[in-house]
Amino acid sequence: MIRLSLKPWTYGFIVALIMWIATIAYSGFASAVPTLSSALAFAAFSVVVGTGQMMVIASGPGNIDLSMPSVLTLAAYMSMSVMSGSNDMILAGLLVALLVGALAGAANFLAITMLRLPPIIATLAWSFVFQSLAFNLGGEATLKPPAGLSTFTLWSVGGFRIMPVAVILLTVVVAIILARSVWGRRLLAVGQSERAARLAGVPVMRVRLIAYVFCGVAAALTGFLLAGFSGGAALNMGDTYLLEAIAVVVLGGTSVAGGQANAIGIWGAALFFNLMATMLNTFQMQAGVRFVLTGALIILIVALVPKPKAA
Amino acid sequence: MADVAIPQQKRDPHWKHELGKRLAPALQVGLPAIALVVMLAVIFWIRPAAMSYFGFTLLFKLAVPLMFASLAQMLVIMLGDIDLSIGSFVGFVTCVTALYLDTAPALAIAIYIGSVVVYAGVGLIIHIRQLPSIIVTLGMSFIWLGVAIIILPAPGGSAPAWLTGFMGWRPPLVPLPVLLAILAALVGHLIISRSSYGAILRGAGGNTRAIQRAGWSITGIRAAVYAAAGLLGLVAGITLTGLTTSGDPNVAPAYTLLGVGAVILGGGSFTGGVVSPVGTVIGALTLALAGSLLSFLQVPPTWQIGAQGGILFLVLAGRILLSEKKS
Repeated sequence: MIRLSLKPWTYGFIVALIMWIATIAYSGFASAVPTLSSALAFAAFSVVVGTGQMMVIASGPGNIDLSMPSVLTLAAYMSMSVMSGSNDMILAGLLVALLVGALAGAANFLAITMLRLPPIIATLAWSFVFQSLAFNLGGEATLKPPAGLSTFTLWSVGGFRIMPVAVILLTVVVAIILARSVWGRRLLAVGQSERAARLAGVPVMRVRLIAYVFCGVAAALTGFLLAGFSGGAALNMGDTYLLEAIAVVVLGGTSVAGGQANAIGIWGAALFFNLMATMLNTFQMQAGVRFVLTGALIILIVALVPKPKAA
Repeated sequence: MADVAIPQQKRDPHWKHELGKRLAPALQVGLPAIALVVMLAVIFWIRPAAMSYFGFTLLFKLAVPLMFASLAQMLVIMLGDIDLSIGSFVGFVTCVTALYLDTAPALAIAIYIGSVVVYAGVGLIIHIRQLPSIIVTLGMSFIWLGVAIIILPAPGGSAPAWLTGFMGWRPPLVPLPVLLAILAALVGHLIISRSSYGAILRGAGGNTRAIQRAGWSITGIRAAVYAAAGLLGLVAGITLTGLTTSGDPNVAPAYTLLGVGAVILGGGSFTGGVVSPVGTVIGALTLALAGSLLSFLQVPPTWQIGAQGGILFLVLAGRILLSEKKS
C-alpha cells in the first residue's frame, strides 16, 4: 500500500465525500445541498449516541454499553409522557430524559463493579429491563412530542439546520474535554492502563462512573431529540443505534482496546453511514444489496486504514 | 475486573478463600445448572404435566439451535474474540436451507461449504491484519443479513421433510432436545476441555505467545476455530429451519447476544482461553427455559423481557459471589 500520512479518522470523511459526490453526479447538482443537509441532520443523532459510546469504549478494554438503544427509547417515552404534548413542559421533559439517562448509566456501572460482570453482559441485562419499562410505559402507542420540540429539531436558518450545528459544538467541546481537561486525560489514562492510572492516584472508579453516566445521558438526549424529530416515541426507535454506535466509534478512529478516543472522527463515520444510505437509495439498490455494501465497506475501511503502532 | 477482586480478597478469611479456590471450577458450571434445576422445579410444581417426555421436548425444543449458536460463540470467545455476526449467519442459513436443501441439495451444500470457508477467511483477516473482531464481525453481520435478504426477501421456503422429521423424531427414553444437549456437551467437553488439542486451542486464546513458541501456527488455529464456529452456526441454522419449517433472514438476531450470555453464564470469560462447553450448553438451556418459566409464572408479556434481564443478573451474581477469583 502507498504510504499515506493520513490520520485513520479522516477516512470516514473521505469516503463520505466520495459518496456525496457520487450522489450529486447521479441526481444533479441541485441535490447537493439538500442531500448534505439531511445527512447532517441524521448523522447528528448517530454522533450523539456515538460520542457516548466512545467515552465508555475509551475507558478500557472490554468496556461497552449495549443498553444505549433501550435507554434512548425509555428516555423518549418518559419525557414524552411528562410533556404530554405541552410546550410549557419541554424543559421538564428534557430534565426527565437526562435523569433517566444518568440513572441508567449509573445502574450499568454499578452492575459492572458490584457484581463484577463483564460490561457487555451487565449492559445487555439492563437493556432487557429498560426495554420492558419502556414497553409498559408506552405500550404500542406512539407518544406525540410537543410542537415546540419538533420545531426546534427541524429549525433551520438559510437552508441549514440548527441542531447539527449544536451537535458539532458538542463534538468540539468533547474533543477539548478529552484533550485538555483533567477528567479527559484521566479517562484515557484509565483506558490505557488501569493499574498504572490507579498507582498514579487516579480515582479509577469515579472516572469510569462518569463515562457510563455520560453515555447514558447521551443516549437519553438522543431519544428526546429523535422523538421530536421523527414525530414521537416509538418502541423500535433505538434499534438501529445498537450496532451503528459501535461502528461509528471504531470507524471514527477510536481504539476498541481503550485509552484512545477521537470525537471528531465520529462525524466522518456518521456522515459516511448516512450518505451511503442516501447514495444507495438514489441508485435504487434493494435493501439486501445495501446491507452487503454497508458490511463490506465497514470491513474494508477497518482493514485498509493504517493502524497506530500499539495494537 | 481485577480492581474489585483485590480489596475483596483481603477481607475474606483465609479458609473461605482456599475453599472457594478449590470449588471454583465446579461452581462455574454448577450455578447455572442449579438455576436450571430450580427453574424446572418451579415449572413442574405449577404444571406437573410438564414433567414428562413430551413436556421436556416442548420446553427445550427451541433451545437446540440456540445451544449450537452459543457453542459457536464459545469457540470465538475462547480465542479472546467476539462474534457479532452469528445471529444473522444463522438467519442466512435458514434461508439457504429452506430455499435450496430440498430442491437443489448440491447447491445448498456448496453454499454451506462456501460459508464455512468465509468464516475461516474472517478469522484469517482478523488475525493477519490484527483487526478488532468486534468490528469485522459487525460488518459480517450486515453482509449475512444482506445476502439472506437478496436470496429470500420475505420469510418463506420450506424445510425438507427429512429435516422436520428429524427435529420431530422421538427417540426412546430420552427426548431429542435433551439427547442433543447431552451429546453436544459431551463432544465439546472431550474436545475442548479434555483433549490435548483442546488445551492448545484454549492456550491460543489465553497465552498466544506460549502456543506460538511451542511451534503452533496461530494463523492456522484461528482459521480452523472460526471455521468450526461457522460449522456450528450451520448446525444451528439447519436445526432452526427444521423447527420453524421456513427461512427468515431476521429470525435469529437475538442469538448473537444470548449466545454471549450463555458462554458467560457457563463460566467463560472474555479474556480468552477460559471456556466450558458443558457450562455453555447449560447456560443456553437456562436462557431458553427462562422464557418458558416466565410464561408459566404468568408474568405479563410486557415484563417478560425485563424479568429475563433479572434472571441473567441473579444467576451471574450468584456465580460471582460464590466463586472467588483466583488472583
